[in-house]
Amino acid sequence: MNGVHDMGGMQDMGPVQEEKNEPVFHHPWEGRVFAITRSMSAWRKWNLDALRHQRELIPPAEYLRMSYYEIWLAGLLELSVKHGLVTRAEIESGMPTAGSAKLTPTLTAEKVPPLVAHGTPASRDVAVAPQFQTGQRVRARNINPVGHTRLPRYARGKLGTVERDHGVFVFPDTDAHFLGEKPQHVYSVRFAARELWGEQAKPKDTVVIAMWDDYLEPA
Amino acid sequence: MQSTRRDFLATAATAAGAAAAGDLGARAQEEEHTHDHTHQAVPSDLALRVKSLESLLVEKGLVDRAALDSLIDTYEHKVGPRNGAQVVARAWADPAYKQRLLMDSDKAIAELGFGGQQGEHMVVVENTPAVHNMVVCTLCSCYPWPVLGLPPVWYKSAAYRSRSVIDPRGVLREFGLELPDDVEVRVWDSTAELRYLVLPERPAGTDGLSEDALAALVTRDAMIGVAKVRAPREGGAA
Repeated sequence: MNGVHDMGGMQDMGPVQEEKNEPVFHHPWEGRVFAITRSMSAWRKWNLDALRHQRELIPPAEYLRMSYYEIWLAGLLELSVKHGLVTRAEIESGMPTAGSAKLTPTLTAEKVPPLVAHGTPASRDVAVAPQFQTGQRVRARNINPVGHTRLPRYARGKLGTVERDHGVFVFPDTDAHFLGEKPQHVYSVRFAARELWGEQAKPKDTVVIAMWDDYLEPA
Repeated sequence: MQSTRRDFLATAATAAGAAAAGDLGARAQEEEHTHDHTHQAVPSDLALRVKSLESLLVEKGLVDRAALDSLIDTYEHKVGPRNGAQVVARAWADPAYKQRLLMDSDKAIAELGFGGQQGEHMVVVENTPAVHNMVVCTLCSCYPWPVLGLPPVWYKSAAYRSRSVIDPRGVLREFGLELPDDVEVRVWDSTAELRYLVLPERPAGTDGLSEDALAALVTRDAMIGVAKVRAPREGGAA
């Protein structure tokens, strides 16, 4: 989706401002939203790609104005309702619907350390042939899907070089929409900054973008 | 998709009222955070909404409050950039380790006991006199949690996400780093599940230092690639 989340190359967003001695969470509610989101994802009603896409669906003006964890909260609420874990009425009232069954949480405290330590790998141990070779010149496809994609707009149609094959991974464009994992190779593809931005870029500078097979075509 | 967007307006609108800094509003954000957090005196609308949501989810048996506390404690106190600094120091001190780190980053990082959530597929990229690496996620906020912890606000800001790829040198200048044109600035956009850690150049004058002393010089910003590691006499630990 050509949404506002796809920010690479936009201008006039102001200076980058570093905060000295920044806390991990600026307000206690931010930590709660972070932890609730991790815990709710443990029900496996959605995947990371769907979660990212849900945040991308926030209307652009809202997205730009909201803080990071407000965006997380909005995405979490939408997915929780969409997948039937809570109802809007319950969110409004803060109370479970009368007579609804009480579940047993999936992510309990003792499961947190192993979750943190092992994560949820997106690689897949399946034999899928790579479509491209290291050193090969490639072109990023000019695609404009209305759904989720991790092919940033600024790279579409541009020429680059495959630098490294990282193996087989879940494909976000289908996974986000529960259309299957469509595992395929992911490569580091290096683009000259001048290919992306023209003469204003310094001649030696480059941008490396991780690309799935489906994002590329032979140059 | 249209109906989805309308739904969002319904739930997001309430969240909209609160005083938290906008992703875009770097200026407003700085103003807010250089003040004394007086807005915390009265619980914000967001704080109340999140509290209410948590109660609901606990009541329904969807989340375990102890698990929430444990997750927050993990990223506030246990996992952070000191982990990454140990990896960098080991690489500086032990050339064989450095080779393993660059070839198979996950395994080498696991040797020091780190890895896992949001760092399942690590790629370590080495700064040299000829190449300066810098990491961004233009599409969201991907960041190597096991070695750097959760990302700072600026890393997630519209300013950094938008400009790092088109104007990396301008961004680096704002961090106080000016690089000559004959150095390649190589920006890594974290579009997949690969997570990048920059291995900064070891500063001169650190030959006699222990691994712990070396680690103390390594900053989070240097491991994102928006700074260099400074030698102790330059105030490296700052």
